[in-house]
Amino acid sequence: MKYIGHVLAHLRKDLRIEWRSRDSINGMLFFSLLVVVVFSLAFDPTAAVSRQISGGILWVALLFATVTALNQAWTREQNHQVLEAQRMAPAPASALFLGKAIANMLFVLVVEAILAPVFIVFYNLHVLGNAWLLALILPLGTWALVVNGTFFAVLGLRTRNRELLLPLLLLPISLPALLGMVEATTGVLTAQLDPLEINTWITQLAGYDLVFTIICILLFDTVLNAE
Amino acid sequence: MSRSSILRTVGWLWFLASLVVLVIGFREAIFLVPTDAAQGDAGRIFYYHVPSSMLSLIFPYINFLASLAYLYWRRRDPLKALTSDALALAAAEVTVVYASICLITGSIWGRATWGIWWTWDPRLTSMLLLWLLYVSYLMLRRFSSSGQSQTLAAVLSVFAAVDVPIVYMSIRWWRTQHPAPVFGGGPDSGIDPSMMPAFVWNIIAWAMWGIFILGFRFALERRRQIAEQDAALSAIEASLEPAQ
Repeated sequence: MKYIGHVLAHLRKDLRIEWRSRDSINGMLFFSLLVVVVFSLAFDPTAAVSRQISGGILWVALLFATVTALNQAWTREQNHQVLEAQRMAPAPASALFLGKAIANMLFVLVVEAILAPVFIVFYNLHVLGNAWLLALILPLGTWALVVNGTFFAVLGLRTRNRELLLPLLLLPISLPALLGMVEATTGVLTAQLDPLEINTWITQLAGYDLVFTIICILLFDTVLNAE
Repeated sequence: MSRSSILRTVGWLWFLASLVVLVIGFREAIFLVPTDAAQGDAGRIFYYHVPSSMLSLIFPYINFLASLAYLYWRRRDPLKALTSDALALAAAEVTVVYASICLITGSIWGRATWGIWWTWDPRLTSMLLLWLLYVSYLMLRRFSSSGQSQTLAAVLSVFAAVDVPIVYMSIRWWRTQHPAPVFGGGPDSGIDPSMMPAFVWNIIAWAMWGIFILGFRFALERRRQIAEQDAALSAIEASLEPAQ
């Protein structure tokens, strides 16, 4: 219970700071909007084609937006010596990580909620499959990106070329998850994948989330105290 | 004889032995095995493609275990930790080499038999992913400052090691264009007995060669670490000398 209290304290702090500036949400939103526009200009999709590719474009846009936001996620903590304070505090370090990851997850979910209508308008979408499955796929996929992204962002704090390093590390690790999200989303949008296969993708995504969340929590302390 | 000269002799003998086995394997694969009925001489690339891909799935685990050992010894015994870090780095580099060989020979073979260089089939994709993971591991080591790169790299190695089985199992979960697993993959698996000697010689040869490269790279990295320690020590000593 105390642990959850620590997590919530970190989460509250991040949400409050974000509420005052709204930097990362606005940045992510505009960036992913730009990606959507660029893709629709580059491919000039017709209705049938756009349904095929929009799942991929949605996730690529979100992935790029997440990476740009996560690069900044820890700089505030670093500038204000929060990481040093955390090292001396008796609270478990993984609570800091979980709070930060949940906050980032909420930011990306807000972006998704705003982006979804734009997507429907720009790509003339109407969902052919079980739309409610998207309510399962979107959070699972987002968590897969955010949990690893938050982790690798803190890992990159101690390196040169931090902005370059995060995508270099995050993309290879996330590719299995990205494959699952794209396949499941496209399957729902086009209704061409049978439900059993979509279920397999969702189960794999959930398994991926579980495994990598556990690893991140276990290893965060090591990274925070890396000397 | 001192310990280092014994090690050097063993290294040389190992190197010569693996050269001999490589030559035997080459002779078996190129001259002795009957030509494949369906694929012609292109089928001979099997003896290079399969051993290198099998080995590129083994060396990541050396990297993983060495990284775990590093994380365990990091605070308890820094000297042992440095040794295991050198082993992890060497294993990651050998992994990248073997995975590259596997990808290159595979796409040459694919061009000859399927008519295309590359297809996004799960097994090919998973191998490419393995390659990408260990290249990003080496990138991280290059980008981080020397004091922390070992810990960060060890952490990343754990992530990569978890990813590898996920991508590897993908070939058993989905049907692919790539042939099904040849060994231990079901009732139809296995190869013709006439191919067996060439395959066995080649996998032993490439395993010996890989171990040699691993040991060589490990020794090189140890030398670099020791030189770094000596430089740090002499810098400390110089700073302790009273100013003239």
